[in-house]
Amino acid sequence: MNLGDVSIYESPIPDSPSYGLMAEFDSAQELVAAAHKTHDAGYKKMDAYSPFPIEGLAEAIGFEKNRVALVVLIGGLVGMISAYSLQYWVATITYPTNIGGRPYHSWPSFIIVTFELTILFAGLSSVIGMLALNGLPMPYHPVFNVAEFAKASENKFFLVVFSSDPNYDAARTRLFLSGLAPRMIAEVPS
Amino acid sequence: MAANAQIPVEDRRVPVIAPGHTFSTITEKISNIVLKRPISLGWIFGFLIVFGMMNMLMAALGYLFIKGTGIWGINIPIGWGFAIVNFVWWIGIGHAGTLISAILALLRQTWRNSINRFAEAMTLFAVACAGIFPLVHTGRPWLAYWLFPYPNTMNYWPNFRSPLVWDVFAVSTYLTISLVFWFIGLIPDLATLRDRAENPWLQRIYGLLAMGWRGSARHWHRYETAYLLLAGLATPLVLSVHTVVSFDFAVGIVPGWHTTIFPPYFVAGAIYSGFAMVLCLAIPIRAIYGLKDFITERHLENAAKVMLATGLIVAYGYFMEAFMGWYSGSQYDSFLLWNRLHGPYRLWYAALLACNIFVPQVLWLKKFRVSTGWLWLISFVVLVGMWLERFIIVIVSLTRDFVTSSWGMYYPTRWDWMTFAGTIGMFLTFMWLFVRVLPMISIFELRTLLPEAHVHESAEVKR
Repeated sequence: MNLGDVSIYESPIPDSPSYGLMAEFDSAQELVAAAHKTHDAGYKKMDAYSPFPIEGLAEAIGFEKNRVALVVLIGGLVGMISAYSLQYWVATITYPTNIGGRPYHSWPSFIIVTFELTILFAGLSSVIGMLALNGLPMPYHPVFNVAEFAKASENKFFLVVFSSDPNYDAARTRLFLSGLAPRMIAEVPS
Repeated sequence: MAANAQIPVEDRRVPVIAPGHTFSTITEKISNIVLKRPISLGWIFGFLIVFGMMNMLMAALGYLFIKGTGIWGINIPIGWGFAIVNFVWWIGIGHAGTLISAILALLRQTWRNSINRFAEAMTLFAVACAGIFPLVHTGRPWLAYWLFPYPNTMNYWPNFRSPLVWDVFAVSTYLTISLVFWFIGLIPDLATLRDRAENPWLQRIYGLLAMGWRGSARHWHRYETAYLLLAGLATPLVLSVHTVVSFDFAVGIVPGWHTTIFPPYFVAGAIYSGFAMVLCLAIPIRAIYGLKDFITERHLENAAKVMLATGLIVAYGYFMEAFMGWYSGSQYDSFLLWNRLHGPYRLWYAALLACNIFVPQVLWLKKFRVSTGWLWLISFVVLVGMWLERFIIVIVSLTRDFVTSSWGMYYPTRWDWMTFAGTIGMFLTFMWLFVRVLPMISIFELRTLLPEAHVHESAEVKR
């Protein structure tokens, strides 16, 4: 198949099932435009890769369900409630101590630990939630099989259409991607 | 013609990143410090010195564990001594890192992107140094876990009404959040190092730490949300930590401690000393590692301005302490002021005023803000001044409290000095290692500063 200037890389692992097709771009601008076009062409199972966060790219590939904030809210509430109830339980029920005649349930003194644990739980849930929702740590991922992908953490931009997409067809998808004027197209062995 | 002519608005400030850089040159320049740059004799020589100092800390602590806190200069009535002075000083230094990484991120101050990484590292190392002091000051550090609430056979629980328990929660939360904030900031850069490393072992180590980061748009989206929320959470946290530290004093009734100005005054002082430490580290690092393109004059000037502003807040705090000493009409408070000015520690107090209030006023002049030599010197003076401030607060108040029969004097011993100098060695040892094993400037955040990183609206609409 002749696709003009676009060089074609064949799978380095022969006879392996394909994970998808990868197209490489030179700039963030091109990647966002290509992502929009690909999504509009009916491809839903796709991903874009860049060396830094690009505004609007996630929306371009049809990603909307970002639940990190919800996880953080829940984490913060759990921290807050558990910190206050622990202090209440310790100070009034299980280990009541008379400190200068203050009431056992001296709530203003409990605010600080409640605040700190709210922050602690919310902060940890933002990190753990982000990693878990992203499926990290992930020791192996097919995109790393393409040698050029090493540049995804430096200065190159990639778009991958997964073979699991119902509209995916090795030849037609390749033809479509080549119409986006990428620098190269490669098959991603799974 | 004049009506339609557009007057070009020229930004005459020094840019935050020198012109002519691309994604590749930024990546190369910063990652090569870790991956390619050979270890110089100067690095080894310096490392031997700071590592030697760190071992002095180990020796001082080892002897402390054998003998107990009697080897220090503490006594009754001065039970707090160097341990608390150094604790407050170190934890204050950490504050600038969080301020730069969290508060300036929320305020969209893009100049923070080149200094936040090592400022956060500085925070971590400073808090680690700070944590040692209250731990060993307990006298029986092997029982320090008693400070935490956990079910135990003694049927004992901590007293949540005590500021010292609040401190445990504040400092441990601060350390944990600073650590995860720093680490998630590192993940994309660890992926860069993984992809650029040639040594297979380095590839594995950085790969393990990067956890398989691949820069997916979905991942970046969640990542940015998590980072922003962490910044939002760290902002009140950093303000709360020194507030809680100041409660250790302010909740007590000792003259000079029992004031409501303590929380804001402590926080301002913390940021003041923290920025001084940032400058003390940044100025030599940018010169040695050739990072003047990324840490430009603008960064140094901005940091100097923050230092000047927080320094003035601190000066206001001193003024208010003096004013309240007079205005309150309390003989103990007015005696405290007299004692600071004329008592046995008057020279320390005079040095404190010189270091913290008078010398930094030269920063009003641009000449001093852009001269690296002067700026380094002033920052160093501020660090000394802020240490003296903590010394004055802790020691002067404790040596002269309400009853003359319980007056005393405090003389630090060689073990006090060795422990203090040792933590400086430990801090610098960590810094020494950090600049060689991790990217000291956030690579991916610098990339976003380039104009190429911004996608124009028209392209998004163009389908």
